[in-house]
Amino acid sequence: MSKKFKEKLAFAVLALITMCVVIPALFILLYIIYNGIGTISWEFIFASPRKGMTEGGIFPAIVGTMSLILGTITFALPLGVGTAIYLVEYAKKNLLTKFISLAILNLAGVPSVVYGLFGLGLFVLLLGFGSSILSGALTLSCLILPIIIKSSEAAIRSVPDLYREASLALGATKWQTIYKVVLPTAMPGIITGAILGIGRAAGETAAVLLTVAAFFLPRLPSSIMDQVMVLSYHLYIISSQVPGMPDAVKNGTALVLLGVVAIFFFTATFVRIKYKLANRG
Amino acid sequence: MSDTGKSVPNIQKILHRKDLKRSIKYQMGEVIIEKIIFMIGITAIVILGLIFYYLVSTGLNVFREVSLSEFFLSIGWFPVSVNPKYGTVPLIVGSLIVTFGAVLISVPIGIGSAIFISEVAPSKTRTVLKVIIEFLSAVPSVVLGFLGIVVLSNWVRIVFSISTGFTAFTGAILVSLMALPTIISISDDAIAAVPKDYRDASLALGATKWETIWHVLVPAASSGIIAAVMLGVGRAIGETMAVLMVTGNAAQIPDTMFTSVRTMTATIAAEMGDTVRNDTHYFALFAIGSMLLFMTTIINTIADYVVSRGKREGR
Repeated sequence: MSKKFKEKLAFAVLALITMCVVIPALFILLYIIYNGIGTISWEFIFASPRKGMTEGGIFPAIVGTMSLILGTITFALPLGVGTAIYLVEYAKKNLLTKFISLAILNLAGVPSVVYGLFGLGLFVLLLGFGSSILSGALTLSCLILPIIIKSSEAAIRSVPDLYREASLALGATKWQTIYKVVLPTAMPGIITGAILGIGRAAGETAAVLLTVAAFFLPRLPSSIMDQVMVLSYHLYIISSQVPGMPDAVKNGTALVLLGVVAIFFFTATFVRIKYKLANRG
Repeated sequence: MSDTGKSVPNIQKILHRKDLKRSIKYQMGEVIIEKIIFMIGITAIVILGLIFYYLVSTGLNVFREVSLSEFFLSIGWFPVSVNPKYGTVPLIVGSLIVTFGAVLISVPIGIGSAIFISEVAPSKTRTVLKVIIEFLSAVPSVVLGFLGIVVLSNWVRIVFSISTGFTAFTGAILVSLMALPTIISISDDAIAAVPKDYRDASLALGATKWETIWHVLVPAASSGIIAAVMLGVGRAIGETMAVLMVTGNAAQIPDTMFTSVRTMTATIAAEMGDTVRNDTHYFALFAIGSMLLFMTTIINTIADYVVSRGKREGR
């Protein structure tokens, strides 16, 4: 009896502990929605900021974030999927492969501000791209590369060998097999990884702050060499750098940023559940 | 008869030649593709190498003007004063105290939730809990920092009746929220990977489910759990925006958790905009970045080693 009681007590404590994670997560979501929803209007989304950013909307920052993530995924997806193909289909079990895996693991752990420094030094200054969408997108694509590699690798690895053997037996070459059989089968997993990567890039601040973000730039970008406002950086400056910013603007910006990230996150989760993919890369 | 007899081998010859050509074409294509895929395959190494090379080679320049002992051992960080000082000790201590606080909060909670999720919760609850925890990991750190400013710092100020809520402790709470998903998901994987035989054997010997978890599963998963904690620490040291926004950013050596600190990451993010390319301050920030890079790389590499060793022992 006391054994049973002990077990019940332990499980109750564990449930309480788990609540310590669940409650803050739900609080973040609900608090931001509850406080920000009143600010959201046609004007807030589609107008430029006015009067020192205290009025008007945040359209340039939304466009900036969108162009940035578009650029990021353009670089990161081919590199990430290519690396995954190499690791699963071509790599031999040798020291080089081990080093590649170790490098990917360590890239995932590099702090985002360090990516920012790297991007600032290499892309902005040394290569002379300046503070621009190009510099920001290149930096962010390094940052999300590990995410895309991991999920693509898991997806490609989960394609049954039977598929490959059948294709090869029909006379297809190795690349034809990869391109026409393996990749289409692995596509849901690859897409999930790409969406998660985009979500990460959309919320990223420290790396963006050093490579692309403009404090205030009410016009839209015309080329990838332009500087842009970015949602995440915008939230940072209006909530901690500019005194006297109205709460409505801050709450609204926080909601739009979290909304963008949440859309990507829940889309990826939906795809994953629909295709019953493994939970993590 | 003789005509056809001659033409058949001819056609075969032609066909054969075409096949050969085609096959050579394909083979060359395959070789080229393999080369390209290989080049892409090593990008991760190239990028990591470039990051190290670029940060360290830039950061080392700081020692042309600042002595090693000043940079690593002195306690004054005044990079923009008339007589600038570049002692990084307060920044390192700031990072360590926030990380320490975050680990203290997130390790027990993280391991407890991982056990609950993988062993106790029914399967539908488990799915929901996992989605919630992954959502937490997707929340941008600047959003957490924002909530830290408008909500958490006020709570901290009121609960502990101190003059400002912008303290190392406030930062530690936010950072623990970011380390938790890492700790939980990796510990959860480690516990789930314990062979079913272990569970069955323990239950068959009359142990309760809880005794099995505590005396069999957790010890068996210990290497994975240790790795999870280490990766959580790496995450905590590197966290930038949330700590920049809520720790108050005073570069001083704190005597308690309830004073303002400035971390290494926050220093880089806050001060880079004020520097001129290739001045001492610029180099100093790259040197701090290099230190961060070495810290996280060492932590991650050891964590990976612990995991792979645990896996080998598991077999």
